[in-house]
Amino acid sequence: MFNILKEMFSYPFLVRAVVVGLLVSVCASLLGISLVLKRYSMIGDGLSHVGFGALTVATAMNAAPLTVAIPVVVLAAFLLLNISKNSKIKGDAAIALISTSALAIGVITVSVTTGMTTDVCNYMFGSILAMSKSDVKLSIVLSIIVFFLFLIFYNKIFAVTFDETFAKATGIKVHLYNMLIAFLTAITIVLGMRLMGALLISSLIIFPALTSMRVCKKFKTVIISSAIISIICYFCGVVMSYVYATPTGASVVVVNIIMFMIFSIVGLLRKRGNL
Amino acid sequence: MKLITCEDVSFAYENNTVIRDLNFAVNSGDYLCVIGENGSGKSTLIKGLLKLKAPCKGNIIMDISLKSTEIGYLPQQADIQKDFPASVYEVVLSGCLNQCGIRPFYKNRERAIANENINRMGLKNIKNHCFRDLSGGQQQRVLLARALCATKKLLLLDEPVAGLDPVAAKDLYQLINDLNKDEKITIIMVSHDIHSAVEFASHILYIKEEHLFYGTTKEYLNSDIGDDFLRRMDYV
Repeated sequence: MFNILKEMFSYPFLVRAVVVGLLVSVCASLLGISLVLKRYSMIGDGLSHVGFGALTVATAMNAAPLTVAIPVVVLAAFLLLNISKNSKIKGDAAIALISTSALAIGVITVSVTTGMTTDVCNYMFGSILAMSKSDVKLSIVLSIIVFFLFLIFYNKIFAVTFDETFAKATGIKVHLYNMLIAFLTAITIVLGMRLMGALLISSLIIFPALTSMRVCKKFKTVIISSAIISIICYFCGVVMSYVYATPTGASVVVVNIIMFMIFSIVGLLRKRGNL
Repeated sequence: MKLITCEDVSFAYENNTVIRDLNFAVNSGDYLCVIGENGSGKSTLIKGLLKLKAPCKGNIIMDISLKSTEIGYLPQQADIQKDFPASVYEVVLSGCLNQCGIRPFYKNRERAIANENINRMGLKNIKNHCFRDLSGGQQQRVLLARALCATKKLLLLDEPVAGLDPVAAKDLYQLINDLNKDEKITIIMVSHDIHSAVEFASHILYIKEEHLFYGTTKEYLNSDIGDDFLRRMDYV
């Protein structure tokens, strides 16, 4: 086991993928709790499709992928949040509308410029080779910012997630914090989607939160345990993909599924024990 | 002292007026019950008083001594809360958030307020229990404790006993009544339950699209509207 790890970390690209991946998956798991509880799980999925569209357009224009994709996805996140609040098109429909539109634009851009090559496959399902050195720096800085913003606004995010009406009635700027959650989610998704792929990135958001909620009963323990779960799952997933030569993104998701099952069983046993 | 004054207040949803020309004033220490049938605009009125919905006509005047961060609110329960993983303490503490301002974390003072209200609502034994595992009556008491963290002056309650069994409902009414009598907290409550309303409240506001009655409970019982409404309720 130790030899495998040593061998793995002799490849610089793997080190980069692990460092960025761990940071992003912690951010994703923290935000995921709020999104899952607010019934916004599909926002992650929708935004990743927007990210796909933005990445393909950026590549076609020869621009730096992350610097184009981040503002576009942040914009889409604000749009989604406001559309689902105000207009007659409700939340889930709005997400489907925006994500399929972005997907269509992305696919057309790809086929016009490079044709349907392995690039598309990488965007869809992620690639561990995707991270360049400058991407890594940007990703590390941004994910640390996301992490600390979440910590600083932890109590506010709790209040806004638990009971929006009460928070608003007692003078908390609910809209502002909803925007903050959307903003942080957008950044996390763009950072993670190169590694995990547009189709799989939302698993990083949803799985750790749901897994820890099977067992934990306090908000704080849910937060801490889902961060730990996300670290373990990502790391095991990467090792698994290295050993068995499976796609990284998919391997991480499979480890998450196993973890979810274990926690579900523990949760059920606990409930039985209490009765 | 008049805490809240409503002058010719009307509310509308997309041009459908739900409340028309409402006039009343709530004094400090009052216990006002807002009654009326389903769809009569009771919840809308509460939203208006909380400034969650602007009136389409008229003015809601708050006394200067009453800041918007000093109103406690017990909302109707939302679906989200049914599977929310949070302890009783965490939920109650979140009521203190409006005292933090831009400060990101709670101080000992706020923790003390939360603990005090947990004890006052008799929740000490279940302080670390999970909110979603509690009974309906316990959940309402937790949310009431949270509302008390946010206020010392005015409490707005939206159908607080909805879905509770008669014993739990009676307990909750008693708690609310004690808050009003002992702590001098002004209460504005929306309710279906006319019998408890006339038992505890000092004032009654009866609305049905337009304002039908406002006055003390005694006046209400002696009025034709009150008499008629009560008799109909008994009949049912």
